[in-house]
This record gives sequence, C-alpha cells and structure tokens, in this order.
Amino acid sequence: MASTVQFDLVSPERRLASYPATEVQIPGAMGDLTAMEGHAATITSLRPGLLKVVSAEGMKAYVVTGGFAEISATGVSVLAEQAVPLDEMTGAQLDALVADACEAAAVNPNKDVADQAVADLYAMRAQAGI
Amino acid sequence: MPSLKDLKNRIGSVKNTRKITKAMQMVAAAKLRRAQEAAEAARPFAERMTAVMSALAAGVGTGEGAPKLLAGNGQDQVHLLVVMTSERGLCGGFNSSIVKLARLRANELVAAGKTVKILTVGKKGREQLKRDWASSFVGHVDLSEVKRVGYANAQAVAREVMAAFEAGEADVVTIFYNRFQSVISQIPTAQQVIPAKFESTGATALYDYEPSEEAILADLLPRGVATQIFTALLENGASEQGARMSAMDNATRNAGDMINRLTIQYNRSRQAAITKELIEIISGAEAL
Repeated sequence: MASTVQFDLVSPERRLASYPATEVQIPGAMGDLTAMEGHAATITSLRPGLLKVVSAEGMKAYVVTGGFAEISATGVSVLAEQAVPLDEMTGAQLDALVADACEAAAVNPNKDVADQAVADLYAMRAQAGI
Repeated sequence: MPSLKDLKNRIGSVKNTRKITKAMQMVAAAKLRRAQEAAEAARPFAERMTAVMSALAAGVGTGEGAPKLLAGNGQDQVHLLVVMTSERGLCGGFNSSIVKLARLRANELVAAGKTVKILTVGKKGREQLKRDWASSFVGHVDLSEVKRVGYANAQAVAREVMAAFEAGEADVVTIFYNRFQSVISQIPTAQQVIPAKFESTGATALYDYEPSEEAILADLLPRGVATQIFTALLENGASEQGARMSAMDNATRNAGDMINRLTIQYNRSRQAAITKELIEIISGAEAL
C-alpha cells in the first residue's frame, strides 16, 4: 500500500471530503500539479478545472471553480469557491457556470483573466466529457 | 369594570396569542439548530482562509505596491457601513442592538468630519435607520426571498461593496452584525473588512507560492471579503433565531401570567354577580 496524505476539500458552505489519498491532482493557476506524500509545502491558487483524488477506493473527481490549495508533506487542503463531485455534475449546471463566467467577463475590467476563466471552463467541459 | 363577557373574550384572545408565540418559539428552535449547523459547517473554510491570508499579508506587508484591499487607498474620508439585520421582526432586541451600534459609530464618524454611507442588508434595519440616516443610504440588499443564505448571497453583497470601493466611493468598509454566543446572548459586532485587518499569527510556516505571493493575495482578498460577509450572515442568521426563540419564550410566559390574572378577575366578578343576585333575592323575600 502506497503512503498517503490527508486530503481535505472544503467549500465555503461545508466540508465536502476528508480522507487519506495517495495522490491529488490539482488544477493550479500555473498548470496542473500532483501532490503526493513528502511534497514540498506549497500554496497555489486554482483555476477552474478538475480536481482528481486517487485513494484506496479508486479515483474521485471534483469540479472546482477557483480558490486555493495548501500542500504540505502530510496533507492537502483544497479551499474551493465552488466544488461539485463530477458524478453529480450535469451538463445544465456546467452551462450555468459557463454563463456566469461569461457574465462576469463582460463586466470585469481585467479582460484577460476573465477570458482565461471562461476558456478554462470550456477546457474542463471537454475533459469531463459532459 | 369590564363585563363577564368582555373578560371571557379577553382570556380567549390571550390564549390564542400564547398558542401563536409558542408555535413561533418552536419554529425558531428548529431553525436555530439548522442555522447553527450551517455556521459550524462554514467555519473550517473561514478559518483556513484567514490563516493563509494573514500569513500572506504578513509576508507582503502594507508598503508601496501592496493590494488596495489590504493597504487601503490611502484615505479614510468616506466610511461605508454595511448594516446586516433580519427580514422579519418579533425577535426581541436583535435588530435594535445592531442599529444602535451602527448609529453610534455613524455619529462618531460624522462628529470626526467623515462622510458616512450606509448599505443595508435586511429590511428591518433599513426601517429603523430611515428616520435619521435616509440621506446616507447608498443601497439595499434584499434577502427576503432567500430561504437559506448561501455563499452566492454573500458574494452579491461583496460585489456591491467592492464595486463601491474600487470606484472610490468608499475608503473604509465596516460590517455590522450580531455574533452568536448563546440563545440569550448575541453580541453586536463591528468588523472592518476593507482595508483588511489581520491579527498577526506570529509563526508562519514556510511555503512555496505558485504563482507569486502577491498574485495569490490579490486573488484571495476579494474572496476573503466575501467569506467574512458570509460568516457574518450566518452568525446573524443563528443570532436572529436565538433572539426570536428567547423573545417568544418570554412572550409565552407573559401570556400565561396574563391568563392567570384575567381568570382570577373573571372568577371574582362571577362570584360577585352571584352574591349580588342572592342578596337581592333574600332582601326581596325579607321585605314581604
């Protein structure tokens, strides 16, 4: 059995998940990264994307829309603004997210960032295959 | 002296009132439990968020080039007070205590020559502030249609606050809410959200930051504002139900006392009437 890290996924409204995982794939703002046991202590912000967690029970994926992740040698805490397990995600919900992002992009003075968020969402949709 | 019929009606109506207040108390108790659970569930996120942000803020400092949400825009002329109250009444001193604190602060600020602007959340506070501060109102967030306060509601408030800050219409933003301590005690609290204030935690763990510290902080600060507002809304929700519960408990007890008093008065007047009739009969018989 591979060594594990304590994985926590917290959204503003509730704690979504908390269990030991062997690896956590995080959609970081600067690119994806995978955290395993003994990872250097890092804090990274998230871009909209898929968060994949591999544990003894198999792989679980979550759709996250932003926030940050705190990685230490023994644990990974992801603080996501919105997080939904991929199995519960529907096409309609995803469309709503995209619509929200487009709306935000229209009023956001920082055009590049907002457009990037929309692009990330589209990329995630393709990846999730919904 | 009210007639027997009046008294009887009166007792009946107080009994009905007692039934209603009793029911409201029980509803409030059930809602309180849910509100407390929601507040509890939101705590891990808020705590982590604050911990990470204070570590970041200590690293970046408030010097030149620091994000505006942290360092402020260099002025403190215009103060925006976000007054969060409930949408419904019948909750004891809940709304009044928040409004009192906000009014006190507003008076202080005006006396110091500052400009005060008020954003109200929840209509009860708006109604109370309307008399003295109507000219300072800049907006209102209506949550009366919202069954359960979600993060999205907090984001809406935060967006409005941040838009005002970025447009230079406000220099300092303070939120007013009741912190929940227990069913009988809620503490009216004023909390400054912009510029953000952190208690320095002292020991900060060494982290790699990706992207840079500044970029993460700039990304997190707006979320931090929303998180603080969300926490305040949840605390307020729990406080409201707690205050309503104890207010309704008192009302139920008072109604009970009133029923007892009225019943005694009713019985006395009934007996007086009987005695009076007997005396009339007896004195009538004696006169024969």
